[in-house]
Amino acid sequence: MNAATRIAVGKDLLGLADVSADTITTLLNTAESFLEVGTRTVKKVPALRGKTVVNLFFEPSTRTRTSFELAAKRLSADVLNINLGVSSVVKGETLLDTARTIQAMSVDTVVIRHAASGAPKMLADVLPSHVINAGDGAHEHPTQGLLDLFTIRRARGCVAGLKVVIVGDIAHSRVARSNLIGLTKLGAHVHLVAPPTMIPVGIAALASAPGTVTIGNDLDQALADADVVMPLRLQLERQGAPLFPGKREYAHLFGLTPARLAAARAGALAMHPGPINRGVEIDATVADGDQSAILDQVTNGVAVRMAVLFHYSGGGGA
Amino acid sequence: MSALQHTVRIVGGHLVDPAAGIDAPRDLLIVDGRVAMVAEPGRLPGHGATLDAAGCHVLPGFTDTQAHLREPGYEYKETIAQAAGDAARGGITRLFAMPNTNPVADSLAVCELVRAKARAAGAAHVLPVGALTRGMAGEVLSEMGELARSGCPAVSDAWVPVDSSQMMRRALEYARGVGLPVITVPQDLGLSGKGVMHEGAVSTRLGLSGIPAASEEISVARDIALAELTGCRVHISPVSTAGSVRLLGDAIRRGVPVSAGTAPHYLLLTDAFLEGYDTNGKVYPPLRSDADVRALREAVADGTVAVIASCHAPHAEFEKQVEFDHAPFGVAALATALSLTLLLVEEGILDLPTAVARWTVGPGQVFGAPAGAGTLAEGAPADLSVVDLGARWQVTRAALSGHGLNTPFLGHTLPGRVRHTLIGGQAVFAAEAPPVAAGLGGGA
Repeated sequence: MNAATRIAVGKDLLGLADVSADTITTLLNTAESFLEVGTRTVKKVPALRGKTVVNLFFEPSTRTRTSFELAAKRLSADVLNINLGVSSVVKGETLLDTARTIQAMSVDTVVIRHAASGAPKMLADVLPSHVINAGDGAHEHPTQGLLDLFTIRRARGCVAGLKVVIVGDIAHSRVARSNLIGLTKLGAHVHLVAPPTMIPVGIAALASAPGTVTIGNDLDQALADADVVMPLRLQLERQGAPLFPGKREYAHLFGLTPARLAAARAGALAMHPGPINRGVEIDATVADGDQSAILDQVTNGVAVRMAVLFHYSGGGGA
Repeated sequence: MSALQHTVRIVGGHLVDPAAGIDAPRDLLIVDGRVAMVAEPGRLPGHGATLDAAGCHVLPGFTDTQAHLREPGYEYKETIAQAAGDAARGGITRLFAMPNTNPVADSLAVCELVRAKARAAGAAHVLPVGALTRGMAGEVLSEMGELARSGCPAVSDAWVPVDSSQMMRRALEYARGVGLPVITVPQDLGLSGKGVMHEGAVSTRLGLSGIPAASEEISVARDIALAELTGCRVHISPVSTAGSVRLLGDAIRRGVPVSAGTAPHYLLLTDAFLEGYDTNGKVYPPLRSDADVRALREAVADGTVAVIASCHAPHAEFEKQVEFDHAPFGVAALATALSLTLLLVEEGILDLPTAVARWTVGPGQVFGAPAGAGTLAEGAPADLSVVDLGARWQVTRAALSGHGLNTPFLGHTLPGRVRHTLIGGQAVFAAEAPPVAAGLGGGA
């Protein structure tokens, strides 16, 4: 990896909505180089030596937090994990107080996960540090979007021209939003499938160009010419909210079964942001099958987050 | 009243008095707190104290029918004295104080406290709006008869809709019996759910929970039906959607005793304001779509919405400096109410007499008024302001005196500076320095 390839990307990564197609491609190219680091005996490069990265997680998360932690460590950064849970607001310390505390500790990059949409933006507005959004409410999860793009590009050679079907609770999903934005920026066609209760008003307006997003309520119809199928995690706790009758009917109508995957294009990719509910939104044999990219997504996630940390740590020009 | 006549002459100004149909240069003679004569320029007889209104407009005192004063209970947000002072500084001479204080203004005791604090402040008149139900809990009627006799101009449960239509029906019937109009803030709480902004493409993009326009419109429709059923005067405010306007237009045409109000921010801002998650734009009803704003502007212009009110809801700065989901609803609006109204005039959305009428004639028609209030016809109380329409000021922390900072117009330069505000002929506000000239407002 040549450090001279670091590009000007702006201070913060708050969402793919703010990132150009060219920058996305550069980030993916950088991730390609970093993927190799993970295969070495000594899985470390000195790119961020002397930099401090704080993982500030206000929501419980194992996958994303460990992925960021590993990415920062492989870049030789010093990493601090702060898990505040949801109780910090109750305790009286505001997000702004937390931000000022971090500022006082001279942190270079803050990775934030928060249940409230816009929290990373709020932090970015007051902090001189770089801020990377690791998922905020139902707004965006840009590194998940990037790692999904990366996984698709590696499996299919390119993103443009593919049909990607996203199935599930789009309304409450930051993963769906970042994917929709990133995929359409790189020229894919996105088809959203869910019961109408899970499709938010005006979602198609997030597409980079008109006509690149279509919406339907029938998974079987949607799969005919699909290159990628991406079921979203069903938030089972939302069964109480009147979004769907229950997981049995959901699995029946929207579960990705082997039969359904067979109806898609030959060799279509099955993806999932995890953690999965086996037998609900995705059948176990699909999740563990040949067409599943689920574990590749995890591997690729580290490389993509390395690329993001590399470009969004700026300053010193390591 | 003093045996000696107290006389003030206001000369050189341009009088806008929609109730009297005047929009022309006029001099005014004030004797013992009332308008004694309205004359062509230079025709006032006699001598006496003279207030030079040259280059300014003379307007009847505004009545703000919906302001959330924070005393008692939330003085850290704003005191009555601060609010009443800002009102006077903005040409508002009568201020309705909504009952959502702590304790709730559901009793004579709390209302008297509010009045006493306001009297001590010596600025705008403050009229407490009593609660409709005890504790605004929607379960037991408040002692509306006593509240009415003590001078409350209306009753309301402020932001808290009376959920049960049966309870609402009885409350309206009872209010009619004691001669009080009822102010309702339209919202179906179940449909609003956890919503924090208008539901639309912007809320979807921002990942914030939406409040659909239907949440407001369901409530507007119900309260129109109950006004029709009970014969009670229902004032629905603030309204913000095209659908509400349609429902109200139909009801008013059919003679249902219903009226509506809105606030300047609903006429000037859309949900696009929230793109940067600025919590100063988090308000209920939420800032709506372009189409809603267009319909609302037409409704204010044609009188379907007869009242503009500030809907002032100040919060402490630290309360708003939190995640959007956690910030309280509300916009501080007293300090900018007049200037934003004048901005609507500048932008050609309302003509000046109509804009003034929405703050004077409209409130008088809905809530009644002491004889002659809302006009400056001969014999009327001399509640008025002298305003330099051309002067501009910038909405800064300093200009807001450090309170009521939760305004979406922070940093904007707005038209209109009040030079003098008089209540009963007595000055309750006078600008200390000449207004800052246009273009000299300085940086944010």
